[in-house]
Amino acid sequence: MTDPHDSAGLQGKAGHNLPPLRLHVPEPPARPGESADFTHFDIPAADAAPRPDETAQPATMRDMAYGLVRVLDENGAAVGQWNPNLPSETLLRMLRTMALTRAFDARMFRAQRQGKTSFYMKSTGEEAVSIGAALALDRDDMCFPSYRQQGILIARDWPIIDMMNQIYSNKGDRLKGRQLPIMYSARDAGFFSISGNLTTQYPQAVGWAMASAARGDTRIAATWCGEGSTAEGDFHSACTFASVYRAPVIMNIVNNQWAISSFSGFAGAEATTFAARAVGYGIAGLRVDGNDVLAVYAATRWAADRARANAGPTLIEHFTYRVEGHSTSDDPSAYRSAEESSLWPLGDPIARLKQHCIALGIWDEDRHAAMDKELAELVRDAAREAEKNGILGHGLHHPMESMFEDVFEEMPRHLKEQQQQMLDEWKAAGL
Amino acid sequence: MEGGGAVSDVMTQDAGTDVQQMNMIQAINSAMDVMMERDPTVVVMGEDVGFFGGVFRATAGLQQKYGKNRVFDTPITECGIIGVAVGMGAYGLRPVPEIQFADYIYPALDQLVSEAGRLRYRSAGEFIAPMTVRSPFGGGIFGGQTHSQSPEGIFTHCSGIKTVIPSTPYDAKGLLIAAIEDNDPTIFFEPKRIYNGPFDGEYDTPATSWAGHADAQVPTGYYRIPLGKARIARAGGALTILCYGTMVHVVEHTVAMLGLDAEIVDLRSLVPLDIETIEASVKKTGRCLIVHEATRTSGFGAELLAQVQERCFHYLEAPIERVTGFDTPYPHSLEWAYFPGPVRIREAINKIMKD
Ligand SMILES: Cc1ncc(C[n+]2csc(CCOP(=O)(O)OP(=O)(O)O)c2C)c(N)n1
Ligand SMILES: [Mg+2]
Repeated sequence: MTDPHDSAGLQGKAGHNLPPLRLHVPEPPARPGESADFTHFDIPAADAAPRPDETAQPATMRDMAYGLVRVLDENGAAVGQWNPNLPSETLLRMLRTMALTRAFDARMFRAQRQGKTSFYMKSTGEEAVSIGAALALDRDDMCFPSYRQQGILIARDWPIIDMMNQIYSNKGDRLKGRQLPIMYSARDAGFFSISGNLTTQYPQAVGWAMASAARGDTRIAATWCGEGSTAEGDFHSACTFASVYRAPVIMNIVNNQWAISSFSGFAGAEATTFAARAVGYGIAGLRVDGNDVLAVYAATRWAADRARANAGPTLIEHFTYRVEGHSTSDDPSAYRSAEESSLWPLGDPIARLKQHCIALGIWDEDRHAAMDKELAELVRDAAREAEKNGILGHGLHHPMESMFEDVFEEMPRHLKEQQQQMLDEWKAAGL
Repeated sequence: MEGGGAVSDVMTQDAGTDVQQMNMIQAINSAMDVMMERDPTVVVMGEDVGFFGGVFRATAGLQQKYGKNRVFDTPITECGIIGVAVGMGAYGLRPVPEIQFADYIYPALDQLVSEAGRLRYRSAGEFIAPMTVRSPFGGGIFGGQTHSQSPEGIFTHCSGIKTVIPSTPYDAKGLLIAAIEDNDPTIFFEPKRIYNGPFDGEYDTPATSWAGHADAQVPTGYYRIPLGKARIARAGGALTILCYGTMVHVVEHTVAMLGLDAEIVDLRSLVPLDIETIEASVKKTGRCLIVHEATRTSGFGAELLAQVQERCFHYLEAPIERVTGFDTPYPHSLEWAYFPGPVRIREAINKIMKD
């Protein structure tokens, strides 16, 4: 009889002349106080990546999961096979949408710091990932985002005041103050209700896409999660379903290299790329410069055309960097080198597109400065308007009894009783 | 080692150990520190617990002290974290995994319920899962529906899992040590609203800290509080109130406001349950109120109510009442209407004491 309480192997097997095993626990290249080093990270030339046919068999394009799709080179020129050759107005729209998203983030972050709401999450430095994709999709394609793709709503011209009402959980909030700030839902923008539970949206997007295919629809689905979230089982279930049913879905991994305090190595980045997850599932995989909005646009367009041609799903890794803290509850100076964000070799997505537009002669520094000023005023005015509907914790919320609505389509007796009990108790207490 | 979970009245403690003022986070940190020092098989893991020391700082300093082989960050997969902990337990380690928020424990349910909770049974004791799953739970921090839930009733419903919930720094440390030493899988839910100070349920008054609180005087060394032994938080004769976690403080405050001679029983552990203490108290007072923050239907209060009714029916002078969270998801802006605070507890007490 073995004794389960005394470990079988703790002493090791004496007499066996074998080297001891070692546990590998990943460690990021730089911690606070150390200098950041990205020299290990080699960037292929902007025009290096080939562009396979949209209907290519996944097995013929595995290299794409280890390379890097780029369009904008170091001088701001659009080069190579992936250049989407966009008209000027689209380029300027991209620029403005990214700048508006950044201004919105700045304002709402400040609102949280001023105590007007409980929580906020910025997407600084990652704007291209959601905006490049949103502009490459059709307006009626369905998006299943994580919490860091506010850029999709902004790109789809969703009113920012509606987003602010949600952030303030005020009486203008369509979600009735039920959700944590930034956990938007906007069905009319093709934007699925955001969950706080990581990666649950991945299989849901696949399911939506399967339904669209089964019904002979023409709309496709797209979903996003962070690189850290790819560890969740839901990610892998989604890939399996997407592969088996060749679902018309685009699965985006936003590799911003950090998941709160743990670096991408804890999601497997020391061993391979995130795009390479596609290889094992027999899905087309693309690895993209996520700070190059034209590359994001082009890759999304490729994947959307592929899905519409019934050629199956695409997994896209967007390589980017999380410039700010994870959320308003986080202080990254406690776990990563302060230098990292400034040394990140793929730069800033807004600066890069701006450089490109200036090089094309369709934009200049003065116009850019004027735009930034205008957008700062725009979000300030919208925030003031939204604040008229109330800020968190200052009374202007949805009625208390609304808490019991929408649990079910029809309120069952026990909830009606609880609702009445709550009202009676507050009344008895003179509140 | 056997009998780690047995109910015993003895509190074992290292002789001559110093006492320090600690908040609940520090007490929990100290419990892991003490156990890692005493037992080389104890390992701590979870999302952000390593270098950073946890999003609530509960594991701060442990990786620096015990190294990355024993304290490490994990990938973000709760199912993976608990599955790996089952495997480490099978090897002979004593894992203390953290699930960052109780709201994120659901992906791990299969590994907890079907695996950890049944391993001893299905292998007739050949394999065990001696893990302690730490997880912050409960609301009151404007965390919305995914940072506020109290899922303890899901686990008490399943066989083979112990469920422990402390309400003070002193208890948190002693109970966590007992849970780590216990050879069965234990869910250790930490009421995050009272990490930094007791909370009386009056959300619009300034937060208090643990400083100066008698139960925040915590021995720096080893001591254990046996699992399955309730604490009489306040002795009294008028009414028995059963509660745990944050609600102990809300109940204490409400009772003090009413000037009522209630007996407040802090359950500390739901499975195993100290039914003897509960029974003795209810037989003495003849009245019983049950308070928890979790939703009402099939909540642990229903089990308490059934057991009290079975054992104390002939002693009861009024129907047993429950004050609980409502059967809705935890709302963000209406958090304080949802939270079972002093207003609702007082109404229930009035009802029970009416005749
Ligand atoms: C199931 C689940 N587990 C844990 C968490 C806590 N959590 C929230 S965000 C996060 C990190 C996610 O990192 P990543 O996927 O890289 O996304 P990013 O924040 O970088 O966009 C964690 C651990 C959660 N929300 N849900
Ligand atoms: Mg990330």
